[in-house]
Amino acid sequence: MALFTFPGGVHPAEKKDLSKNSPIERLPLPKQVTLYLSQSIGAEPELTVEVGQKLKTGQLIARNKGIISVPLHSPVTGTVKEIKKVMHPIHQKPMESITIETDSKTEEFDFLPPIDDYLNASSQQLYSRILEAGIVGLGGATFPSHAKYIESLKKPIETVILNGAECEPYLTIDYRMMLEKTSEIIEGLKILMKISGAKNGIIGVEDNKPEAIEELKKFESDKIKVISLKTKYPQGAEKQLIYAATGKKVAVGAFPFSVGVIMQNVSTAYAVYEAVKLGKPLIERGVTITGEGVKSPKNVISKIGVPIQELIDYSGGFTGEVEKVISGGPMMGLALKDTSSTVMKGTSGILTMVKSSGKPVPERACINCGFCVFRCPMNLEPNYLVKLIKNKQFDKAVESGLMSCMECGSCAYTCPSKIDHVKNFKTAKRVYSALKGRK
Amino acid sequence: MNFNTSSAPHLRSNDNVRKVMIDVLIALLPATIMAVVNFGWNALLLCVIGVAGAELVELFIMKVLRKKKDFVPDGSAAVTGLLLALNVSGTLPWYLLLIGILVAIGLAKHIYGGLGGNPFNPALVGRVFLFISFPTQMTTWMKAGSWKISDALVTSATPLGILKDKGMETALAQNGYMDMFLGNIGGSMGEISVLALLIGFAFLVIRGRIKIAIPVSYIGTVLLISSIFYFVNPNQYGSPLFHILSGGLMLGALFMATDMVTSPSTIKGCLIFGFGCGVITMLIRYFGAMPEGVSFSILIMNAVKPLIERKTRLKPFGYVPVKKGAK
Repeated sequence: MALFTFPGGVHPAEKKDLSKNSPIERLPLPKQVTLYLSQSIGAEPELTVEVGQKLKTGQLIARNKGIISVPLHSPVTGTVKEIKKVMHPIHQKPMESITIETDSKTEEFDFLPPIDDYLNASSQQLYSRILEAGIVGLGGATFPSHAKYIESLKKPIETVILNGAECEPYLTIDYRMMLEKTSEIIEGLKILMKISGAKNGIIGVEDNKPEAIEELKKFESDKIKVISLKTKYPQGAEKQLIYAATGKKVAVGAFPFSVGVIMQNVSTAYAVYEAVKLGKPLIERGVTITGEGVKSPKNVISKIGVPIQELIDYSGGFTGEVEKVISGGPMMGLALKDTSSTVMKGTSGILTMVKSSGKPVPERACINCGFCVFRCPMNLEPNYLVKLIKNKQFDKAVESGLMSCMECGSCAYTCPSKIDHVKNFKTAKRVYSALKGRK
Repeated sequence: MNFNTSSAPHLRSNDNVRKVMIDVLIALLPATIMAVVNFGWNALLLCVIGVAGAELVELFIMKVLRKKKDFVPDGSAAVTGLLLALNVSGTLPWYLLLIGILVAIGLAKHIYGGLGGNPFNPALVGRVFLFISFPTQMTTWMKAGSWKISDALVTSATPLGILKDKGMETALAQNGYMDMFLGNIGGSMGEISVLALLIGFAFLVIRGRIKIAIPVSYIGTVLLISSIFYFVNPNQYGSPLFHILSGGLMLGALFMATDMVTSPSTIKGCLIFGFGCGVITMLIRYFGAMPEGVSFSILIMNAVKPLIERKTRLKPFGYVPVKKGAK
């Protein structure tokens, strides 16, 4: 069978065997959780509770501010212990956080009212539920999920695509979800199709997960199809997967609904199902704890706000000389300074990497081999962009497509001269926006 | 506890420049073997001096003159040295090759900052320098394999030389197409055996190490132009097959024009680059004073490369052209 794919991309070692056969376990209740108020792309929500206040599991603790913003809920039953600014691991500046001490004796719930007959509910009602439940894209980008459907409420779209590619090496949580929560994911997809008015649902899964494809195929219908994607990084990137599944190219700077598509991660679809059927807000998520640096890699459901050290301890602790602890996958994840930061809505994995043998290879001059150009899924010329950025020609770099770069890292991965393209691009994007803001 | 917080991607392929260069050296091995088989001990000496001399010259420049204490040889000089050796006559005295190497590595490469900075293919700069400075020694062609039968030098004109002087029929009477394909002709050490070059090229293609668009477009252009001229006057201009099997075309198109540093990095750029090489090669072969023009054509296109790159910039995935008049 012809596989669906996109031009460009790379083939890093998958390393999924470390954790792919570990069924999802539920992490024990933490003693306390610390939540950064900013858990997603968009505005930081506004606190609605104060120190000393008793909270139930699922109770609102911060209200969304504006459209691109989501509310936050208490993952545990307990008492607000502290509200203070701490270093935010992603924004790299002190930001508001809330620490809740867990009541170990009782657990009380304050969920939203369940919508049992969801297939006959109105689009508006389901849309509001996704917003109220604080759901964001769980693949890692953390774009507020409801915001994807604003346009579709006015003009129905064609297709909802569920992203089950999980193209990042090491990570297996989406795979386990597809195996273990198959029918829930399908129901989630039906809800998303209902909200957006989509006629078709497509679930795209890389062909290195045949068991997941087989499970999902049992639920195929006239409207819902499962497609096998070629195993290639970054197959799960939004524009690449839409192209692979539908042949449509989302224009530069445009959103997928411009081609009649909305895409959502499979784990997000599961969260949507829980929010609608059970009234459960987004207070926990699946996380893969893996890498050569932990004793027994696992897939777990963790509450938001659990210190990363607890997840590592649950997996048997560190082993070997750990050099990096990464939030997310090895290609796009964020290397953490220490393990005191906590699980966020976007934390799809905790990856530990041990010190590699041999000296790190220094960056060398570009030999213009063109490997990066050939592999770039966005059809950019990474070698040229780096040259422009090193010459501080930021305007020209932006003209040449810098902002189309999604920082997938295919260029840096493949470069024989070990040039750190992505680092240059990230810096250049920041400098460019800063310069533009000043004008 | 503080961990390494370097930027993503945290995985890197285990590829590096040295591996690329070693692959190119391996790809040149069949042509090198054919050179030694056909031209004897001096050919072997030249290849060894080419590789070792180039690496030593580069080591000296980097460690002593440029004071880069942490420099580790990456094999790029060896590629340049071997290519230069394969681009000279098997009869060339070794010290002349050494002069060529000094020019190639010193003048053409390190004055511009070393690997990645050179605008022109260093081996070709070295070759053209030798060609202009020592024209006699550079164009004394030994008859392939004659060293095994006779101690005295047996010379043989190259097929292109005969074509220029006496026409294709005479050229083919001396060496058939099969001789040209296998390398049973006079010429530079590495250029004579098309078969050996194709084997090396296939290896690079399998390893994903070569800008395939360049030889495709270069050789395609030569085929196209020679086909047209063949109809005008077969004997004077030579057949398309004659042109792709003779001279330095295969060595140039497969291994010299594809030099990564001095060629464009996009497919479209490579197609234009190869087309330019093809046109200039044929213009020189037909109308120039010399029988062969591969070296010059590639050097000229090296000079044009920045312009090609500027005119063939890629558009990002999903690029929408701005409509004229719309604001």
